[in-house]
Amino acid sequence: MEDRNIPMNEENTEAVLVDAVNEETLTEAPDVEVEKAEAAVTEQLETESEDTEVPLDKNVRLMSPMQMVIRRFFRSKLSIVGLVMIVSLFLFSFFGPLVYTRWGEIELDESGTVSYTPNEIVITNPDGTTTTIYQTTERQEKDNYLAPPSKDHILGTDEQGYDVFTRLMYGGRISLSVSFIAVFVITVLGVILGGIAGYFGGVVDNVIMRICDVLMCLPGIPILLIISTLLEAAQVDAKYRIYWLMIYLTLFSWPGTARLVRGQILSLREQEYMVAAEAMGYSTSRKIFKHLVPNVMPQLIVQMTLSLGSMILYEATLSYLNMGVKAPYAAWGTMINVISTNTDILQNNFNVWGAPGICIVIAVLGFNFIGDGLRDALDPKSRR
Amino acid sequence: MAENEILEGAEVVYDDEAIMAAHREEKEATKKADFEKPFDENALLEVRHLRKCFPIKKSITGKTLQELIAVDDISFKLNAGETLGIVGESGCGKTTMGRTILKLHQPSGGQIIFDGKDISNYTNKEMRDIRTKMQIIFQDPYSSLPPRSTVGDIISEPVLVHGIVPKDQVKSYVLDLMDKCGLRDYYYERYPHEFSGGQRQRICIARALSVQPQLVVCDEPVSALDVSIQAQIINLLKSLQKSMNLTYLFISHDLSVVKFISDKIGVMYLGSMVEFGNKKDIFDNPLHPYTKALFSAIPEPNPDVKMNRIVLKGDIPSPANPPKGCLFHTRCPYATEKCKHVPPKYKEHEEGHFAACHLLNEE
Repeated sequence: MEDRNIPMNEENTEAVLVDAVNEETLTEAPDVEVEKAEAAVTEQLETESEDTEVPLDKNVRLMSPMQMVIRRFFRSKLSIVGLVMIVSLFLFSFFGPLVYTRWGEIELDESGTVSYTPNEIVITNPDGTTTTIYQTTERQEKDNYLAPPSKDHILGTDEQGYDVFTRLMYGGRISLSVSFIAVFVITVLGVILGGIAGYFGGVVDNVIMRICDVLMCLPGIPILLIISTLLEAAQVDAKYRIYWLMIYLTLFSWPGTARLVRGQILSLREQEYMVAAEAMGYSTSRKIFKHLVPNVMPQLIVQMTLSLGSMILYEATLSYLNMGVKAPYAAWGTMINVISTNTDILQNNFNVWGAPGICIVIAVLGFNFIGDGLRDALDPKSRR
Repeated sequence: MAENEILEGAEVVYDDEAIMAAHREEKEATKKADFEKPFDENALLEVRHLRKCFPIKKSITGKTLQELIAVDDISFKLNAGETLGIVGESGCGKTTMGRTILKLHQPSGGQIIFDGKDISNYTNKEMRDIRTKMQIIFQDPYSSLPPRSTVGDIISEPVLVHGIVPKDQVKSYVLDLMDKCGLRDYYYERYPHEFSGGQRQRICIARALSVQPQLVVCDEPVSALDVSIQAQIINLLKSLQKSMNLTYLFISHDLSVVKFISDKIGVMYLGSMVEFGNKKDIFDNPLHPYTKALFSAIPEPNPDVKMNRIVLKGDIPSPANPPKGCLFHTRCPYATEKCKHVPPKYKEHEEGHFAACHLLNEE
């Protein structure tokens, strides 16, 4: 504490012993010469500075925050597993149908089969003897339904005669694209509304947050059932019904994201660099989009990834309940739906309903693994 | 004067309400007179009766029920090229005052005259044009730099936004400025998290100076740093002041730092300025008992010199509920009955040396 008084004394220009190491440290900083002339005494203080003010080595290439995140992400085995799962699902769904063109989404296998059913009819004659009639029924099926996995049908066919493997790919297209679109819209809505609420505060904040509260009170599935009935009444094309339902889902799911963004912005706008931005006279839009939003991105990305999983589940649920994609079009949920009416399939044809189920599990698990990995990677406190 | 009439009675009875009413009336009168005075041409910054309140209790209808007076009735003048040091305990309103002067908080009253213009009622849009002339350096170099921008981006962003130099010269301008602030050119591509506190503070200084300001509010720029780094940063600030002709409003609670860098010193207590004057006057002849107590706490390098420390009793009172009379009477070793009831006037006792204390008036 005592040497704090020394710099006060400007007249004190007495030579001060500076050891060799210190001299080196000093000459490295460009402003040192001015300092020397200004107050020789302070140099004495700088002897303590070796550790803290040694300039970074020019050759040490430090990573940008983004590079650090990527490195930390790939350190976790789980996130790599998740990434592999999702990437392979994507390739499977979007490029699979281009490569595997043996069957189309709604192309029935009409090859059929000829089945011979031997029958034995035993007739008892009046005289006590029996006559046995051997009869073979030849049945020509038009559709090759519930075929077991074979060379022709990798995962067999379903009860209609559609190729399960092909429909798995087309179903993946629906599930993945629908959930991506939904999450994208949710994020855009959440960022805009949450950002406005957090940045401007006051009445605007109150109004937006109360709307959020109301939306979060509404029961999801009953309203979905009503909407689904309405869509039926309006005779909306089966292919597009799922999009309508997802629009509804996004409208009711943005409050979660909005709350997250608002909370982040509330804490960020009190940071001193935001005061500095204010003092620099930056415009409001620059402050929001150049200074606030990039700093909300980490949490937002995690939230988006995790909600991708839940959107896939939602889509599957809707399709299973026959409210989403309808036959003959394929979706993972719709494909599982067959077991709700036909317990034979549940017992004997695992390939028909198990395959889409596994796909759903892989997709949701993959997104959650990636989300968890990103959360750890983006947390600045978890070093390495 | 109303105040004197009351005091002249044989038996001194203090009617608090009457005193406060008279005090308020008088304050309003001096305010009005001061507001009409012409602006001082020599002063770069002139502050007249600056006041900043924060609402702490609001009724359902949004009406303010209780206020916290963070800065109350502060006046001073600061000439170009000078440094005004503001000292005071934590929570006495130093930072609020600095930020209010920059209009980062909207003042609740008073005038801020910057460069011959009263900016106290400027809108945000009008302020944007003069933001380049006044800048701020923060206390915490860790939270005052955006974590996801490179040093080059941080320093060149204001230059680009305000068009300080033509676009093609921005990089060389920024590198030149970084050099002046003691930052190597290869730091340009690096991120704030790679630097130590002192270097970050240099980045903050470079950012503040990138728009070529006249006034820089240094809000405790060194208190978060090691003593050794403090010296470097202070020296850097001093040399930059000389080369760029800057005016500093230097806020600190560290008296030795303030003594080193300032030309003038203002001592604040509980939102009010209790003493203001040239550095020499203040250090050689402190008038206010609070200043005396503060200065007695400066550590003495010579262990043989006995320190006559004036130890203040108690804590700083809550600014939400300030004491009556002199704000300092609860802790003042010389407080009289009068101090407990009558607020002292802020008067010029020597040339350019202001203080607010009853004891001085009696002498």
